[in-house]
Amino acid sequence: MSREAHDPIPCTDAERRLRALLERGLPITARPWQRLAEQCGMCEAEVMACVQRWQQAGLIKRLGLVVKHHTLGIRANAMVVWDVPDDAVGELGRRLAGEAAVTLCYRRPRRLPDWPYNLFCMIHGTRRDRVLASLDEIVERQALQAIPHRVLFSLKAYKQRGGRYTREDDAHDSRACHPA
Amino acid sequence: MLSIDLAGWLPMVSLDAQDRCLIDAYQRGLPICERPYAAMAERLGVSEEEVVERLQRLQSLEVLSRVGPVFDHARAGASLLGAVAVPPEQRDAAAAVINRCPGVNHNYAREHRYNLWFVMTAADEAQLEARLDALEAELGEPLLRLPMLEGFHIDLGFPIPWAELEGA
Repeated sequence: MSREAHDPIPCTDAERRLRALLERGLPITARPWQRLAEQCGMCEAEVMACVQRWQQAGLIKRLGLVVKHHTLGIRANAMVVWDVPDDAVGELGRRLAGEAAVTLCYRRPRRLPDWPYNLFCMIHGTRRDRVLASLDEIVERQALQAIPHRVLFSLKAYKQRGGRYTREDDAHDSRACHPA
Repeated sequence: MLSIDLAGWLPMVSLDAQDRCLIDAYQRGLPICERPYAAMAERLGVSEEEVVERLQRLQSLEVLSRVGPVFDHARAGASLLGAVAVPPEQRDAAAAVINRCPGVNHNYAREHRYNLWFVMTAADEAQLEARLDALEAELGEPLLRLPMLEGFHIDLGFPIPWAELEGA
């Protein structure tokens, strides 16, 4: 088993600063790209071209409003974990990913004996009973009665923010230069 | 009007039809042009200032985490789902330790013997491993380390079920 591998996307120092800034969000001001450009030492057109290039390369999956579901009342957040035979996990993962109620679905390693589950999916909803009803429907529709699974509802969110992958100080020091 | 209870302690706020339209229209596809909020405003039939004000308000109310890109974590750097089993009475203290750890962006209590679940990111695998080792030492409990091996569907930009929220 190996992790998904991707070619690293080449980044100049200015682009790395742009990435660090973007991880914190686009400024909500009339010329947000211009604002970012000033902060990372590029021009506005370069910033826009760079973001488009990152979208095309798949580094940026989605550009838009990132909702805090919990605030809106979407608070029944179930992590459903499945113990699937290794030769069936890919196919089942793709089937679950096609279910409308499933918001995230991925394969992770087992850690025996403590953790036998190798397929994870998330179902977000407003109420626990509705989330469980959705799960029952999925089990029925996909004929998963024989696959052991557990439902781990979230009890409390201690932290929820976007991922930050750049070195911590890239966003703050506009002259910073960090080797990869 | 949709009233929402912010974590049970802030005053109730209301999202009107324009707020909902804005969210529905732009969870993806934010235009890349010099004045993106003006372009959004034109499509929604409102002014640029109104879009900016609404976005600022929604962000201050924590309805929006941010306006911006969601990076593909497999391409953006290293990340991992971690879990730890701590005694229930120590859960809040252990969660605070995890929250302080650099790179942690999600941290939830869940119903399981492994009762704290967090996502940690880093620039690369070496930095990630070092952070996990340090956290494990501080917590004094072994971490379950679960890297993503294959993603089948990773997109939290799903349609908001407004009608269900009103009836919830």
